[in-house]
Amino acid sequence: MTLRNGWEMVVGLEVHTELKTATKMFCGCANSFGSEPNTSVCPVCLGLPGSLPVLNERAIELAMAIGMALHSTIAPSTFHRKNYFYPDMPKDFQISQYDLPINLGGYLDLPDGSRVSIERAHLEEDTGKSTHLGGSGRIHGADRSLVDYNRSGVPLVEIVSGPDIRSSAQARAYVVELRGILIATGASDGRMEEGSLRIDANVSVRQADAPFGTRCEIKNLNSLRSLQRAIDYEAARQVDLIEEGGTVRQETRHWDENVGATSTMRTKEEAEDYRYFREPDLVDLAPDQSWQDRVRAQLPPMPAERRSTLRARISEPVPTVLDAVEVVIDLGLDPFVHAALDRGVEPALALARAANELAGDLDGTSRLAAAAFCDTLLMEQRGELSATQAKTVLAELLARGGDPRDIAALMGYEQLSSDSLGSTVAGLIEEFPDEWTRYRDGDEKLAQFFIGQVMKVTKGQANGKAVVAELRARR
Amino acid sequence: MSSPLRREDVAHVARLARLTLSDAELDMFTEQLGQVLEHANDMASLDLEGVVATAHPFGLINVVRDDVVRPSLERDVVLAMAPDSQDHRFAVPRIMGESP
Repeated sequence: MTLRNGWEMVVGLEVHTELKTATKMFCGCANSFGSEPNTSVCPVCLGLPGSLPVLNERAIELAMAIGMALHSTIAPSTFHRKNYFYPDMPKDFQISQYDLPINLGGYLDLPDGSRVSIERAHLEEDTGKSTHLGGSGRIHGADRSLVDYNRSGVPLVEIVSGPDIRSSAQARAYVVELRGILIATGASDGRMEEGSLRIDANVSVRQADAPFGTRCEIKNLNSLRSLQRAIDYEAARQVDLIEEGGTVRQETRHWDENVGATSTMRTKEEAEDYRYFREPDLVDLAPDQSWQDRVRAQLPPMPAERRSTLRARISEPVPTVLDAVEVVIDLGLDPFVHAALDRGVEPALALARAANELAGDLDGTSRLAAAAFCDTLLMEQRGELSATQAKTVLAELLARGGDPRDIAALMGYEQLSSDSLGSTVAGLIEEFPDEWTRYRDGDEKLAQFFIGQVMKVTKGQANGKAVVAELRARR
Repeated sequence: MSSPLRREDVAHVARLARLTLSDAELDMFTEQLGQVLEHANDMASLDLEGVVATAHPFGLINVVRDDVVRPSLERDVVLAMAPDSQDHRFAVPRIMGESP
């Protein structure tokens, strides 16, 4: 969306990601999404008197890995207490890095060639989860709140971008690229719907090249769709306000996905005074060079590099194929595609099956051996399976694992071996001699006729490409 | 030197900490906290050129633990500490604002 009358939006994003550790940030309670309420809590994450926090080594290494992927400087850092009263934080303070974050500076390059600077990426702990009863479901008006502390103390990294984003589409591209990095480093599963990524957007507007305007912060955008809509709405609201002679107030705003609008949560005057001070129970964190080197040595290739590696293997970069590349890179499915290409599967087929069938059941990919994926696609490519059958076999592999040949046999797909296709085609040539003559004389349209006949005979279980190959072989 | 602590500063800090102070208490704490701050201000009279900032009395850094799960508390024990509970969760009075 472009703003009218020469207005430009200026956006900076704060992305919070939960780290995929086995335990919480400061205690040995399991970091597990979706367990029974209040079953993963202990004196430390409940803030009971006398309990002491101890840093989780893995959380620090994941934070460093994120920083390295974002070209940040790993700096000596400290932890502070952010004091506030809210029942989702039973200690009445949140432990967070403040003026000295572990990752300083950096940048993220987007697929369109633009670069977004990174100001910092720091460690902090997550809060508990409140459910508000009564009222309208919105927090205001709720009669009672219920709190589950399983999430309290789960490690988070907050990645703060510079105010370099100029459109909601660019904001989306930034989050998608960042999500790819978080998945690649193993820091996060990137599942926005489960709250693994939560985004706050700082939005202001200005006339091109004028100083930055007053910004508003929109809290808790939990999907790419909300992110884009909220930014567009907020920028347009600020332009309307200014053009009507008003001024933008610095404030925190809430995005209502159902209404499609932002509304004031609190103004600058009401802003909390968090009384940050050093967390006396934690010592400084200063990873030395050898620790940093160990983490860096384990860093896998990042999405930008994987994207160019995969693109280099595609001879026909048509839009549908390139779109599939984006999906495959975004979801980390490229090892499957590379394995298939190594075995001689056509790039378009390998990408399509990865970007559609595998992407449709990401959990299932842990059960899917790369060899089974390749075998299935080769069977499809050779015409032993139709496209529909190959998809069914893949769905079965994703659901339960196994050998694609066994699955095809169990489902009765074996009749589609090239032998039986050959005899089916031979039979049809005898049955339709005129059509066969015209096809042999060069009328390619008749190929469709024969495909149709084969489909009829095989009840749709044949592969169109294999039929054409069979026809050509006999021409 | 920072300006001496004012009564309204004490009232502000008390409000942040959700403490209700009487007028007499406000006077008393303004006096007492003022003395603490004055003591801290003594630092300003020292020559600290070349002294490295110390944030912790121990020279320890990088104290970490392995990322290994340890048993959590029994839920019944946990919820017994709550003033009230419902659906295995801590039940608290309705929340007026949003989480910061």
